[in-house]
Amino acid sequence: MEFMRTILALPAGASTFADRVDGLHIFVITVTMIMSTLVFVAAAWFTIHYHRKRDDQLTKRLSASAFREGGIIGGILVLFVTWWLIGYRQYIEIMEPPPDAEVVYVDAKQWMWKFAYADGRSSNDTLTVPVGRPVKLVMTSRDVIHSFFVPEFRVKHDVLPGRYVTLWFQATKPGVYPIWCAEYCGVSHSLMRGQVRVLTAAEYEQWKSAGSDVILEADCGTGPGSCGGADLAEIGRAVAERRQCLACHTLDGQPHIGPTWSRLFGSTRELADGRRVVADEAYLTRSMMEPNVDLVAGYRDVMPVYQGVLQPAEAAAIVELIRSLRDGQPPSGVSLPKLEIEAVLDGGTSP
Amino acid sequence: MTTLAPTVPSPRDALPKAAQPTYLNVETTLRSWLLTTDHKRIGILYLVSIVVFFALGGVFALAIRLEHLTPNPTLMDAMTYNRMFTLHGVVMVWLFLIPSIPAVFGNFVLPIMLGAKDVAFPRLNLASWYIFMAGSIIVLVSTISSGIDTGWTFYPPYSSYSNTAVPTALFGVFIIGFSTIITGVNFIVTTHTMRKSGLRWLQMPLLVWALYGTSIIQVLATPVLGMVLLLVMLDNGLGWGFFNPATGGDPVLFQHLFWFYSHPAVYIMILPSMGVVSEVVTTFSRKNPFSYKAIAYSSLGIAFVGFLTWGHHMFVSGMSKFDAGAFGILSMLVAIFSAIKVFNWTWTLKGGAVSLKTPLLYVFAFLFLFVFGGMTGVAVAATSLDVHWHDTYFVVAHFHFIMVGGALTGFLAALHYWFPKMTGKMYSERLGLLSAALVFAGFFATFFPQFLLGNAGMPRRYFNYPPQFQVLHLVSTSGSWILAAGLIIAAIVLLYALKWGHPVGPNPWGSRSFEWRTDSPPPKHNFHREPNFDVGTYDYTQPLLGKYDDPRPLPPLPQDVA
Repeated sequence: MEFMRTILALPAGASTFADRVDGLHIFVITVTMIMSTLVFVAAAWFTIHYHRKRDDQLTKRLSASAFREGGIIGGILVLFVTWWLIGYRQYIEIMEPPPDAEVVYVDAKQWMWKFAYADGRSSNDTLTVPVGRPVKLVMTSRDVIHSFFVPEFRVKHDVLPGRYVTLWFQATKPGVYPIWCAEYCGVSHSLMRGQVRVLTAAEYEQWKSAGSDVILEADCGTGPGSCGGADLAEIGRAVAERRQCLACHTLDGQPHIGPTWSRLFGSTRELADGRRVVADEAYLTRSMMEPNVDLVAGYRDVMPVYQGVLQPAEAAAIVELIRSLRDGQPPSGVSLPKLEIEAVLDGGTSP
Repeated sequence: MTTLAPTVPSPRDALPKAAQPTYLNVETTLRSWLLTTDHKRIGILYLVSIVVFFALGGVFALAIRLEHLTPNPTLMDAMTYNRMFTLHGVVMVWLFLIPSIPAVFGNFVLPIMLGAKDVAFPRLNLASWYIFMAGSIIVLVSTISSGIDTGWTFYPPYSSYSNTAVPTALFGVFIIGFSTIITGVNFIVTTHTMRKSGLRWLQMPLLVWALYGTSIIQVLATPVLGMVLLLVMLDNGLGWGFFNPATGGDPVLFQHLFWFYSHPAVYIMILPSMGVVSEVVTTFSRKNPFSYKAIAYSSLGIAFVGFLTWGHHMFVSGMSKFDAGAFGILSMLVAIFSAIKVFNWTWTLKGGAVSLKTPLLYVFAFLFLFVFGGMTGVAVAATSLDVHWHDTYFVVAHFHFIMVGGALTGFLAALHYWFPKMTGKMYSERLGLLSAALVFAGFFATFFPQFLLGNAGMPRRYFNYPPQFQVLHLVSTSGSWILAAGLIIAAIVLLYALKWGHPVGPNPWGSRSFEWRTDSPPPKHNFHREPNFDVGTYDYTQPLLGKYDDPRPLPPLPQDVA
């Protein structure tokens, strides 16, 4: 494997996917090189062996038998489908984050990567993750399309403005690995590089407890329990208040103009048009940006569109707040405001 | 089957050459060229224009390769580099590859292959060239004014914001689209209605099948491109927001629409090349194709299934997992049709009487490069591998193997193969072989290292790159100059032959294909008399009696010597 990696210029693998993806890679590329060489050699051999002897030489009619033709097609089809089966299984695994993954929010802009961790700290261009534990990235862009690519992990995903996408990996070796933007994003595209710092479990705990005091750039507002030193969910609470989300959504399970955020995350929602969707990060973000698309059954279409209003980091913080309320209990550090609920059913037009 | 009676004198045998005008010298004024409705002359007009555009795109390519000699700025700044690779892509795709074989050689030989005097709509045919030129000039004007820096894929929302000449360039491409559609309609109608009576579908040369499949794609896919480019023009020029999330649009929708055209567009480029390969392989091996039907029907199969594979450009763009799997398996299905063709071409040589001339050497290059490019395409369709390769140099190498290794070598094979038919002159075979070998070697040296760069993770469209990639970039840049040398030699050889080449008879290759059963160059209406297609287009079991079976060069006529 290492020998073939060297020949193919593949970087050393540093994620749980790398070895298997490279196995398929080596299989496919070896067959490709052999087949193209064989076709060329066959053509050359026929050219030499059946060289034209006279200018007016005639040839016999030779045609493929259906049996042979079918055999070739069948053989190649089996080969291709085998590759597809192996590849698609790996693809599903790469695209489906495990439920226990640690979440980091990624906010891409021209030309830098911003990372926001669940404990409230954030960093630019350097992503710090523990070795041997799944990490899920919830990513969005502020401007144009970028693409998050770590060659050593064999993972990549486009990062789009106006929607959240997820990517996950589990690093297997401590070290520092480059992050490259793979989708052309403007004049400094090639300088939009970052790095993933993979720490051992001990180093990671130390890093976590060191308590960086950097907080998310979305301001904390001045509401109750202002968020000095708070975690991302607390920031989300402040943002939700400032953006008037809490005028319609409650955090404690009471019904109101909009659905409550308590026990919302991960639940299955029945929509007005009969579809059923799971309230995951993508659904929640979409519901902020385009609330009329996935209207929940029993609610009126009164929520304004937050597209272009809400900063990506603010949306991330709100999603984290909703996630923190998945068991109905607010995590420590998040202070829930008490709401005076007046007109549950009059469906006001305030946001 | 009857054969041409050797005793029938052809008009050419009876008359001195000066008395029987060819399509080239029947009229020689500039006006007669610019207002011609002769499909052969229109083919030549296209040939001259796209070769100029190809040279321009080639200069951009060489500049890009030179820039990558060092990891940091070498020749130009980042903005210039971004304009260079965009223009390289736009010029090569829409000003060269899309019109290349259909508009030049399709125009020239398709009607002759069907025994027709011209295409079904000769005036529309001329109009298509003017529309093509108008669009091309608009694209070039955008180049001169401020260029475009979006990449040839014009992905929004970057293209919605870019303050370069995006609307102008898109408008140019939009206009070129009409010429593509007109050519496609013309070929479809010509194939249906203009076949010589008695010429059945399964007796047509395989190039006609390939062009027919291409035309279907041109007619069905190009309108989608036109529509989507128009919407991007509105986004960029007027600040509308079809594809910009900041105004409620969806950038991924653009990608679906764009690739709905641009993936089938790859088959617009490669299918005609495949048709050329079928012609060249049978002519130079003097043998019937190993399976005519398999090659013919797989052309239609590619045209049809090619419409259902666009999503493989979007495995990491934000598409559902189910879609990715479906597009992956459908993409492999297209490769099956290509594999059928490759197998049949190779086994056509078996039992033949093979003569390795320049066109055949280009076809061998095609076989090797196309199989390599095609199978790496299958590799990328194995979804998990694409996650690593997407938007890296691996993809760049893959599609250059198809578009240069496949489509361009097919174009060069066609150019050398039909050069005697178009001009009545023969080029130097030795220098032709040399240039073909240089093109093959130079191409491989340029693009094989790019597969390795992609494996190593080098993203495409990078102006600066990490220094560990420099060695491979160096090899690639060196290769690009070998490739350029091969192309320059080919150009010199052909230009020299145009003036001083030895005159040839009607059928210098001894082919059975129908276009060789008339003079070289052909007369204005293609044939002096009703052509005789009794001997099949791939029937090498019997001699084709008469002067059309004589591969010897003509003795020089007085005016050629003078």
